[in-house]
Amino acid sequence: MAEFFLELFSEEIPARMQRDAADALRDICSWVFRNLSPQDVKTFYGPRRLAISLEIAMTKPGGVAESRGPRDSAPEAALAGFLGKHAASRHELITEGGYFWLRRDLSPTRAADIIMGSLADALAKFPWPKSMRWGQGENFTWVRPLRRIVCLLDGQVVPLKLGPITASDITEGHRVHAPGTFKVSSASDWEKKLLAHYVIADVARRVGKIGDGGRTDLDELGLELVQDANLLYEVAGLVEWPVRLFGKIDPEFMDLPPEVRELSMKINQKYFALRDASGNPAPTFMFVANLQAPDAGAAIITGNERVLRARLSDARHFWDQDRKTPLEKLLPKLEKITFHGKIGTQRERVERIANKAENITSLLGLMGEAGRDARTAGLLCKADLVTHMVGEFPELQGVMGGYYASMTHGKLVGDAIKTHYQPKGPSDSVPKGNVAVSVALADKLDTLIEFFKIGETPTGSGDPFALRRAALGVIRIILENDLRLALKPLLDHDEKLFAFIMDRLRVKLRAEGRRFDVLDAVLSAGADDDLVRVMKRVDAVTEFLQTEDGANLLAAYKRAANILRIEDAKDGPHKPEFVLGPLPMKEAEELRDMLVFIERETYDNFTEEKYALVMAAFAKLRTVLDAFFERVTVNTPEPDLRRKNLQLLARFQYSLSRIADFSKIEG
Amino acid sequence: MSPHTSPPGPKSFQDIILTLHHFWAAQGCVILQPYDVEMGAGTFHPATTLRALGPEPWRAAYVQPSRRPSDGRYGENPNRLQHYYQYQALLKPSPADIQALLLESYDAIGIDRTLHDIRFVEDDWESPTLGAWGLGWEVWCDGMEVSQFTYFQQVGGIACMSPSAEITYGLERLAMVVQGVENVYALDFNGAGVTYGDIFRRAERDYSRHNFELANTDMLIRHFADAEAECAALVVAGVAQPAYDQCIKASHLFNLLDARGVISVAERAGYIARVRDLAKACAQAWIGADG
Repeated sequence: MAEFFLELFSEEIPARMQRDAADALRDICSWVFRNLSPQDVKTFYGPRRLAISLEIAMTKPGGVAESRGPRDSAPEAALAGFLGKHAASRHELITEGGYFWLRRDLSPTRAADIIMGSLADALAKFPWPKSMRWGQGENFTWVRPLRRIVCLLDGQVVPLKLGPITASDITEGHRVHAPGTFKVSSASDWEKKLLAHYVIADVARRVGKIGDGGRTDLDELGLELVQDANLLYEVAGLVEWPVRLFGKIDPEFMDLPPEVRELSMKINQKYFALRDASGNPAPTFMFVANLQAPDAGAAIITGNERVLRARLSDARHFWDQDRKTPLEKLLPKLEKITFHGKIGTQRERVERIANKAENITSLLGLMGEAGRDARTAGLLCKADLVTHMVGEFPELQGVMGGYYASMTHGKLVGDAIKTHYQPKGPSDSVPKGNVAVSVALADKLDTLIEFFKIGETPTGSGDPFALRRAALGVIRIILENDLRLALKPLLDHDEKLFAFIMDRLRVKLRAEGRRFDVLDAVLSAGADDDLVRVMKRVDAVTEFLQTEDGANLLAAYKRAANILRIEDAKDGPHKPEFVLGPLPMKEAEELRDMLVFIERETYDNFTEEKYALVMAAFAKLRTVLDAFFERVTVNTPEPDLRRKNLQLLARFQYSLSRIADFSKIEG
Repeated sequence: MSPHTSPPGPKSFQDIILTLHHFWAAQGCVILQPYDVEMGAGTFHPATTLRALGPEPWRAAYVQPSRRPSDGRYGENPNRLQHYYQYQALLKPSPADIQALLLESYDAIGIDRTLHDIRFVEDDWESPTLGAWGLGWEVWCDGMEVSQFTYFQQVGGIACMSPSAEITYGLERLAMVVQGVENVYALDFNGAGVTYGDIFRRAERDYSRHNFELANTDMLIRHFADAEAECAALVVAGVAQPAYDQCIKASHLFNLLDARGVISVAERAGYIARVRDLAKACAQAWIGADG
């Protein structure tokens, strides 16, 4: 085995593309060297370089390729066909055991040839999200101009050629701390020499230095970093020699909403926010320089503080401007914003959301004030789209509306606007509180209804309007807040949309590792659009099926269903009517009496939605069912008795089917 | 040493310009003067847009007054101006050491790279009105964007046969970093007592009023249509640069209309497409391609 090492040295690679690029490089090398037993693959990525090291065999030994031809007695045409297929001539063939054979020596595969050939070809088609041409206009493209290649096999240069660049063993270190070039002889030599030239090649080490950095600086300040893994990796992609520095935030900016301050710091400047010991935002920010300056970073800190002041002054200006205009006054501006060409303006949209939100509060049985708040919040929930702050930071939509509304309309309305986009994903939390819940629900339902109305429904992987997310949001808001609502009227009775939402519920259950056949069984037993009740039934049935009694009951149900299916085909259907009076077999009589008893016993539990109790009652059937199937011959020759037996089984099915259609349950 | 060396201390605004002129002249750039039509950025100068097309080598550097009517703040904001200066260098084809050249130019104007953190942060550039795009970076000095660096890939809808490197310095921002001032109006303009504010504050106030309140929008709409028609006619006549002048004018008139707030969201895309069509026609006229 020998070490293969490749470094692709370019001008600065966008941070967001580096990790995927390293993965792509790994895939490419694993594929082109697949016959050379590649192992110990390690990739490196950073602002100016993408590298990989791995162990591969120097050569794949040659061998013999053997193909059997036609029988030696075969007609000439068959032989000619075989020769043509292998581009062989007659004298290469031998006969053995009654067949023609072609045996050819395979030349060994040399790693260096693969590097110069397949690897170069694959790298020329490297999957950058965007790539470019430069210089003399060669057709070779790379993410930014490629300037050097180091390509070593067992310490020797392989002169791989990509576009204008031919590989060597020469690379560069940090621009300022170690200008100039140096030679490397292996992956470890490269990593070691880079370190001496102020470049940490391994991204994990850079991340470590940025995110933890030994901590003494943070401990001295008594501060904690607000964790942000994405920002951490992005910054690690911007620096080769990370140096943590701390700057001050002017007190005049500390009364801005923390979201505003922190977003401005993060998006525009890649700064990290800090918290003090009690968890409050600290008037200090952390940032990372690519330089170990002799003044300990004093000039760099001054510069960055100045930039942040300018940024926050802008934010402060937007904040001050926006607060001069109540959100209501912005509503006319929403008339000019098209939400969707076929749906209408944002102004029309908020009118619908307001109506729906108010309607939901009344369906939830809330008094007038909640309805008024929900209407107000619904009407104003998109007004922040035309504020200065959201114009600058679209990520703050909702959040800013929340701040502005709470100043004029109180906390309930403010919170409702702030959280009305939630949940934004499966891990995001759902709004809490009646007003907030009504507005968030109204917003999502309106989106679903309107897009379904114009036929813009998701197809396959395409869901440009995030309707699946909206549907999941509806489900989670309802379930996690235990909202008792009939869903269909809220969907304007759009059956297709209802089916779409139930399908999302199915997907949600599957994602949670729960069985969704139970959901189908419950829905099939009774169309129900009260999601909370549906899930109560699902939970009770799922739990019951996990017990021995449950499994037994399911088996009995399937057995009864099988018998009925066959017998119904002959002279059915057999109505699930109770046959009164004595029955010839006491096991049949006991089953009937038990069913009567259970139905009566469970009636109230059903209406009171105590489904666990319902299932517990059904568990009592086990012994009588076992005895019935053991002792009673259902298909007795006596027609009247046979009919009574079948009706009893039908009744058993019917009793159970009030909670779930067990035929839909697997197992 | 340049004969324009400032007295000890940071360079004045005009000395930065003079230094950059010397620096880029030494790299074989022709030092041009600002183009005499109002425009939003140095990229619009025909020495960049038109010369970036075709295979012929070309190196130029110049200052371009840039007008962004919507950025006016009545002279009140320390960082925003509706009229400012860009220093532009265009090198075609892009030289292999272009990043190093940019960094050396920072050395020349007095940014000590052992003390200041210079970084290349992803910034893909696209000009919808010019039908142009390229890849490159914002160049940061201690977190402040002081330059833009773009490898042109397409201009006027035409792929660049020989990709250029375009370097654009935001002169005011650069000078603020060099001089360590936080208010653009406090910049030392000439090293002899004249500040940026002495020269431009009144203009910023007056132009902000013009851009946001006073400009006659009916007239602007008429002029836009005139420029559009004239551009098309001149393209037909085969005079690319006069046609292109009209395209730049149309672009600036659109920016003024936008600042006056009379262009709706829906209309906006239409205006941009109209200017882009002009730019494309001019680019094709310039390289002599068939429409």
